[in-house]
Amino acid sequence: MTLRVYAIAYLIFLYAPIVLLPVFAFNDATIIAFPLSGFTTDWFSQLLTTQALHRSVQNSLYIACITAVLSTILGVCAARAGAMYNFPMKRSIIGLVMIPLVLPEIIVAVSLLVVAIQILDMGLSNWTVIAAHVLICTPFSIAILNGAFQNLDPSMEEAAMDLGESRWSAFRLVTLPLVMPGIVSSMLIAFTISLDEFIIAFFLTGANPTMPVYIWGLLRFPASLPVVMALGTILVSMSIVLLTIAEILRRRGMARVGVKDKGGFL
Amino acid sequence: MTSLISLSGVNKYFGDYHALRDINLTINQGEFFSLLGPSGCGKTTLLRTIAGFEGVSSGVVMISDRDVAGVPANQRPTNMVFQSYAIFPHLTVAENVAFGLRKRPDIDKSTAVDAALDMVGLTGFGHRSAHELSGGQRQRVALARALILKPKVLLLDEPLSALDKKMREQMQVELMQLQRHVGITFILVTHDQEEALVMSDRIAVMFDGEIGQMDDPETLYRRPNSRRVAEFIGKMNFMDARVTRSAAQIDVDVDGLGACTIDAEQAPVGIDVGLAKVGIRPETLAILFDGETTVRETISGVVDEVVYYGDMTYYDVRIDGVDTPLNIAMKNLIGRPVLDVGEPTTVVWDARSLVLLP
Amino acid sequence: MWAKLTATEARRGLLMISPPLIYVLIMLAFPIGAIVLFSFWTQDFMTLDTTFTLQNYREIWAQPIFGALLKRSLFVSGCVTAVTVILAFPVAYFVSFHVKPSRKSLWLFLITIPFWTSYLIRVFLWKVILGYNGVVNSGLVGIGVIDEPLTFILYNVNAVIITLAHAFAPFAILPIFVALEKIDRSLLEASQDLGESKFSTFFRVTLPLAMPGVVAAVLIVFIPTIGDYVTPELMGGAGGKLVANMIQTQFLALNNAPLGAALAIVAMLCVTAISLMFVALNRRWLRGRS
Repeated sequence: MTLRVYAIAYLIFLYAPIVLLPVFAFNDATIIAFPLSGFTTDWFSQLLTTQALHRSVQNSLYIACITAVLSTILGVCAARAGAMYNFPMKRSIIGLVMIPLVLPEIIVAVSLLVVAIQILDMGLSNWTVIAAHVLICTPFSIAILNGAFQNLDPSMEEAAMDLGESRWSAFRLVTLPLVMPGIVSSMLIAFTISLDEFIIAFFLTGANPTMPVYIWGLLRFPASLPVVMALGTILVSMSIVLLTIAEILRRRGMARVGVKDKGGFL
Repeated sequence: MTSLISLSGVNKYFGDYHALRDINLTINQGEFFSLLGPSGCGKTTLLRTIAGFEGVSSGVVMISDRDVAGVPANQRPTNMVFQSYAIFPHLTVAENVAFGLRKRPDIDKSTAVDAALDMVGLTGFGHRSAHELSGGQRQRVALARALILKPKVLLLDEPLSALDKKMREQMQVELMQLQRHVGITFILVTHDQEEALVMSDRIAVMFDGEIGQMDDPETLYRRPNSRRVAEFIGKMNFMDARVTRSAAQIDVDVDGLGACTIDAEQAPVGIDVGLAKVGIRPETLAILFDGETTVRETISGVVDEVVYYGDMTYYDVRIDGVDTPLNIAMKNLIGRPVLDVGEPTTVVWDARSLVLLP
Repeated sequence: MWAKLTATEARRGLLMISPPLIYVLIMLAFPIGAIVLFSFWTQDFMTLDTTFTLQNYREIWAQPIFGALLKRSLFVSGCVTAVTVILAFPVAYFVSFHVKPSRKSLWLFLITIPFWTSYLIRVFLWKVILGYNGVVNSGLVGIGVIDEPLTFILYNVNAVIITLAHAFAPFAILPIFVALEKIDRSLLEASQDLGESKFSTFFRVTLPLAMPGVVAAVLIVFIPTIGDYVTPELMGGAGGKLVANMIQTQFLALNNAPLGAALAIVAMLCVTAISLMFVALNRRWLRGRS
């Protein structure tokens, strides 16, 4: 019983900052502090007219979409290799591929910066950000897709081949439909991570900032803080919707291959 | 009888591991053939080389007089029932059964599916989803899915191991009937000796990647050619013996039983004068209860252990001159008592049931 | 060619894993090699001197500011890790042992959601909560506990620790939860059957078996926190800056990438050494018990 109270208090601790977002987003004052002064939707309308914001959002969406697709493709390769094949040094190779999950992000950021600027002399663009985001999103994709692939009976594809299909069409007709929910869920998670990522993007972003980099700039100007709150409210609601879809799909995928759900995606 | 599948000099390595050692065998048209052995003996690997999932390191695999080296699984006239059944969970029963017909426009889908489901006793199950099936039903779907393509050979990889005992016994009979009905060659992989004996026309017993013995069930049981075959299939008592003459008749002096003469065919691998082993199955020995008489040989012994099974009682009886007590299986017929440990008793035996091994 | 590549299971597996592996090698191993190399070079404004020298490392050793920052960073990461894992364990335990199986994924989902929402904004919101006119202060003043707003809760190391502990909470809960889920429940009954109380069963059975999860949680929190410069920048004030801020400054503001690279490598080596020591000590402790 005390444990339950503690767990609920912990959840409140987790959600406390997020709950404040809409409170200040609709508060009619430029200072982010209590007491509240009144209701307004001005901050949201300001969002609609800020051109720089729109450009950064477009940029971030572009980066996030490409990151989602690429890291999911890499994730499918790794998860499939991990679940369905035995090969030499399997554990170390998979461990190496998962390393970006625990690597301090600043290391990823500075090392890619050095390579891009000093060694390749290619300048920064959206593609430098994408390259780094694919690197850090792939382990998450692998973790999610592992759930989908490990529950797959390896004889399933062999059965399809035995019934006349080629290796590729066996994958397309049997494995792909079964792991599809995992694939969509992996793309959604990678999309969310990329859209939110700041530490690396700040180093590697080119002439056009990504949305978090743009927000970072806003945080320095007290007058623009309520707009940030409004933007945050929209972002958080969107993330929650995307994550809920990802979770529902993950569960449906588990149900489709007929296994008991054992919990989260990590 | 025409030969359908033949393997000659087949070897298979996984890295350094020698999984199949010089396999030679021929399987005939319409035969129910079993590959029997303990886990890790290579029987599943052998099945998968026939199916086309594994290539061979050396040797030749022929199906219908055609060398199938390099022919992938999807182009071989074989179909497989997998150990896990591998029922596609995202498809209905009918879609599962029709899966292999995608590239066979010559076959009318719905009639073929209905016929296949009828054949395995799943009439009207077509619309069900794979989750709703019991273990036995999944197996029937796997059978229908494989047989609908009218393969020349049906390969079954431990198809009954996931079922409970009752279901397994029922499916053994059904599989035999099905095989007779469709007339297709069945190759069964199993570790269950009883299953192999019940269902097969012929059995190959495998150990460590080699075929130890290949024979029909009765020969395999009555005339095993080695101790490991004898011990893997059923139980057998072994005693030391000395062969004194080896010709059309063999004279042998068995520890504990004494001297006797047996036929040469009771020594399946031939035998020279000198030391040998004699095997005898527990059910070919008997205990002579009070009031019973016999015309056969007898020796006296003492009951060492009693294991009561309801329909049967297994006795270990200690006799002079043998270290290990003899295991004897007795049916619990009307009026027969169950003896106690320590009771003196008389054991009946017959030279015709001995088997002589090196 | 293709047939040869796909001939055996091992080759097919290696072929399958090669795209992500090659990507990691190009995007991670190669760049890290590059900064290692870089750290032995020097830079004077825009010109890069590529003669091999230990000057950057000497400078880090000689100037007390770097050592102080590194020490503070490791201390903060250590505190964050301890706070996060200790606070997270009971929650993971509760979800694993006291929540109905059908509700477990809902709990995990609720725990992970805040983790996926904009990191920058979450950090900033802590500033709102802990600030001079923030939620905590206005609340405490409102109910009359204090007269003046508290100032010691923002712009210092404590604020950094609270914020990071919040940010990394789900990272700590998930591995512990997974380890607890793997424990065969009959082991706990066996322990009680052999005379242990519920309490001592926890320490003699549950905790040792959950240890791999705790270790994973420690590593997955400790290592990345060293690389965060957002939280110290926003929450730390002047006295709460960490080594990551210095690396960032060297790279972006002072344009002394070689020194920044050397600093990044020193920081990474320290973290790796401490992590390896922790894993080794933990193994020894577990073996010592069994």
